[in-house]
Amino acid sequence: MTKQVILGAHFPGVNNHTVWSDPAAGSQIAFSSFAHLARTAEAGLFDFFFLAEGLRLREQRGKIHDLDVVGRPNTMTVLAAVAAVTEHLGLAGTIQATYNEPYEIARQFGTLDHLSGGRAAWNVVTSPDAFTGENFRRGGYLERGDRYVRAAEFVQATRELWDSWDSDAIVADPARGEFLRPGARRGRFEYSTENFGISGNFTVPRSPQVHPVILQAGDSDGGREFAAHSADGIFTRHSTYDAGRAFYADVKSRLARYGRSPGSLKVLPGASFVLGDTPAEAEERARHIRRQQVSPQTAILMLEQVWNTDLSSFDAEGPLPPFDPDPEAPSIIQGRARMYDDPVTVARKWRALAEEKNLSIRDLIIEVTGRQTFTGTPASVAAEINRSVQDDACDGFILVPHLIPAGLDEFAATVVPLLQERGVFRSSYEEGTTLRDRLGLGPARPAASWAAARREHADA
Amino acid sequence: MPETSELHLAVALDGAGWHPAAWRSPDARPQELFSAGYWTDLAREAEAGALDFLTIEDSLGPQTAGPDDRTDQVRGRLDAVLTAARIAPHTTRIGVVPTAVTTHTEPFHLSTSIATLDYVSDGRAGWRPRVAASPDEARHFGRREFPALTAENVADPAVAAHLSDLFDEAADAVEVVRRLWDSWEDDAVIRDEPTGRFVDRDKLHYIDFDGHWFAVRGPSITPRPPQGQPVVASLAHAGIAYRLAARASDVVFVTPSSAEHAAQIVAEVRAAESHLERPRPPLQVYADLAVFIDEAPGAAAARKRRLDDLDGAEFATDCAIAAGTPGELADLLLGWRQAGLDGFRLRPGALPHDLRQITGALVLELRRRGAFRAGYAEHTLRERLGLSRPANRYGASRSQTGRSQTGSYQIGAA
Repeated sequence: MTKQVILGAHFPGVNNHTVWSDPAAGSQIAFSSFAHLARTAEAGLFDFFFLAEGLRLREQRGKIHDLDVVGRPNTMTVLAAVAAVTEHLGLAGTIQATYNEPYEIARQFGTLDHLSGGRAAWNVVTSPDAFTGENFRRGGYLERGDRYVRAAEFVQATRELWDSWDSDAIVADPARGEFLRPGARRGRFEYSTENFGISGNFTVPRSPQVHPVILQAGDSDGGREFAAHSADGIFTRHSTYDAGRAFYADVKSRLARYGRSPGSLKVLPGASFVLGDTPAEAEERARHIRRQQVSPQTAILMLEQVWNTDLSSFDAEGPLPPFDPDPEAPSIIQGRARMYDDPVTVARKWRALAEEKNLSIRDLIIEVTGRQTFTGTPASVAAEINRSVQDDACDGFILVPHLIPAGLDEFAATVVPLLQERGVFRSSYEEGTTLRDRLGLGPARPAASWAAARREHADA
Repeated sequence: MPETSELHLAVALDGAGWHPAAWRSPDARPQELFSAGYWTDLAREAEAGALDFLTIEDSLGPQTAGPDDRTDQVRGRLDAVLTAARIAPHTTRIGVVPTAVTTHTEPFHLSTSIATLDYVSDGRAGWRPRVAASPDEARHFGRREFPALTAENVADPAVAAHLSDLFDEAADAVEVVRRLWDSWEDDAVIRDEPTGRFVDRDKLHYIDFDGHWFAVRGPSITPRPPQGQPVVASLAHAGIAYRLAARASDVVFVTPSSAEHAAQIVAEVRAAESHLERPRPPLQVYADLAVFIDEAPGAAAARKRRLDDLDGAEFATDCAIAAGTPGELADLLLGWRQAGLDGFRLRPGALPHDLRQITGALVLELRRRGAFRAGYAEHTLRERLGLSRPANRYGASRSQTGRSQTGSYQIGAA
């Protein structure tokens, strides 16, 4: 059977993938930029718009990182405004389970789902780091191993809250004087676990999707298992064909133990892209973009992340440091995950590669970091996307443009029609459908059913 | 005429209106209280009357405290900040001032959400901070235990201390929110290719707030909002809340029962201010008033009585209630205004009826008397309230004027 491709549109993030030095680069914070990308995605019939979140500005060597695009809106607030300028597009927001409470997150996503007519999605992330915790009263108190336990309980709590109103609780019948149906459940809840002890009345009546779509981002074993027992989709870094197939098989194989079918969890890698009229043109543009993404200063900075020391006296157009990193030194990076587990080995490998190919620091960084997932003509990119989906390397992609706000325009105009021609992508939005419907997830399963499946597995 | 200066007029939106039976009015839309279309229409109506701003009520619990099995009143509410953000792109001039609770929430999130509302409304955002004192709401979060609150025990020392703590916490929350708004200087983004720097880190500031309830390091993840400091407006019924307003707010909503009472409250508010070194212009004092308006003499009072009958009780709220013709209401507003009020926040008894009466007949009547603007002139909410764009506390020597270059995007101008 031919699978349909799922497409998400990621608003470019605060990292060096997002090019700010290009003449076409616009504001990273003006609402017009969010509206532009969302409308492009909607014109291209995308499934959803996607926003990342970071709650502390990154630092390196004790200073705020100043080379990348930085500064972004509150996720929920901007999504509510994007709902006003779109009609069908799903609205997916990344929200921390660590620095929030279920009651407020359930209210916010319930509200967004009402105000968007059933288009809300929550990408659940959980970070226990004390650095980010310095911005919050909740602090960074989570043990790393506990974070998925709390995240699962958190999501379960929000589902209980979303279920706490009967679907027909509101009758609003003035003649009978009944706003609420007598006897209906109207928000009463109680949820008590290791991490939460909450009870009372939830204020948001049942929303169109009942439960917003739940995504999970995190490729670790714990993250995969969390997705298997608690999420509708997983946002992953495994975007290449081979890595994707292995990841897909692994994640889908975990579903049966929770009584779930393979189709009930969508695997959605993040993917970047560069298009050109010919393969050569696409390659040339990709090279140009890579140089924009890796400025001389960024190259030094990324080298420091491996060497874990101040390398500001090195010339980015010159050779790599002749010495090895000190693995014992305290980390110089704050606010993002540590990227290299064995820096000495990485450094030696990089030095060998640079010597072999005669690469400068900047050339080397361009060579070894983040190349684009898809580079080619619209036809070849459409073919690659379709192959990944049909061969079960994924169920679709969350596309990450490198330019704000117009970075998706060309893709929507050229690749989408080719996917439509292949019969693997919609040619219009179906009226009156929710995001959940569009993704083929079926109606929301009651909270109790999710909890029972997890419990049964734990008991087994 | 002594009343040639113009009044400020805001409208307080909540559910189907402030009367508990308002949802049963003939033109009410009770099936749509949780839909975007309902709120958008209300916002456009308020904007059609050139009102200064609208507020949206909110709380972290149901409309009534304690056990509740009534089925004949509206229950349920959407998040006010998100509702404000949802309607902002459909309007171009009216200020949007949602309520958001400071008690169980994170000041960091409050700061970025109101800053973002300011971006999506292009400089029209405000915020009404509110405390959540009840043990019911505390149980929704399960992190703190609050004493029961009754009409009788508010004077108990333990309860008084609890309330005092909540207001102190709210003042700290507003301080953190305000510092975070300033934690990016307006010109922090430099996009300087020769040095490879997107941002000038010297223009990003740690706020290093360390208080009794929370410590927040900063800087914000959101650049300084278009207005610099969105408008903070708080509702106050008594001394403790006047003091919070004096410490934290730009606008205070008060609840006088008469012109004389209004004068007394204004004096109390001014006294609360005089005890502080206020780093901003004097508080603007608005009186809250629940209103029922109809053109025919006696019709508004009769309509209110019918709603009272439906509800089985005479309507009572925490502010004065006025029912009358547009002329009578204009007389009342202009009379009370002499007590030193800058404006009013009108709470429509029933929506959309009383909102339409405000934006239609009442506004016309006030204009006829030279007491209300003919239309919008200013762009940002601060400008409309006569508040200049404030200097950044972390970059005092720099420019104080002009909106930041944020671009603008609006649809559906009313």
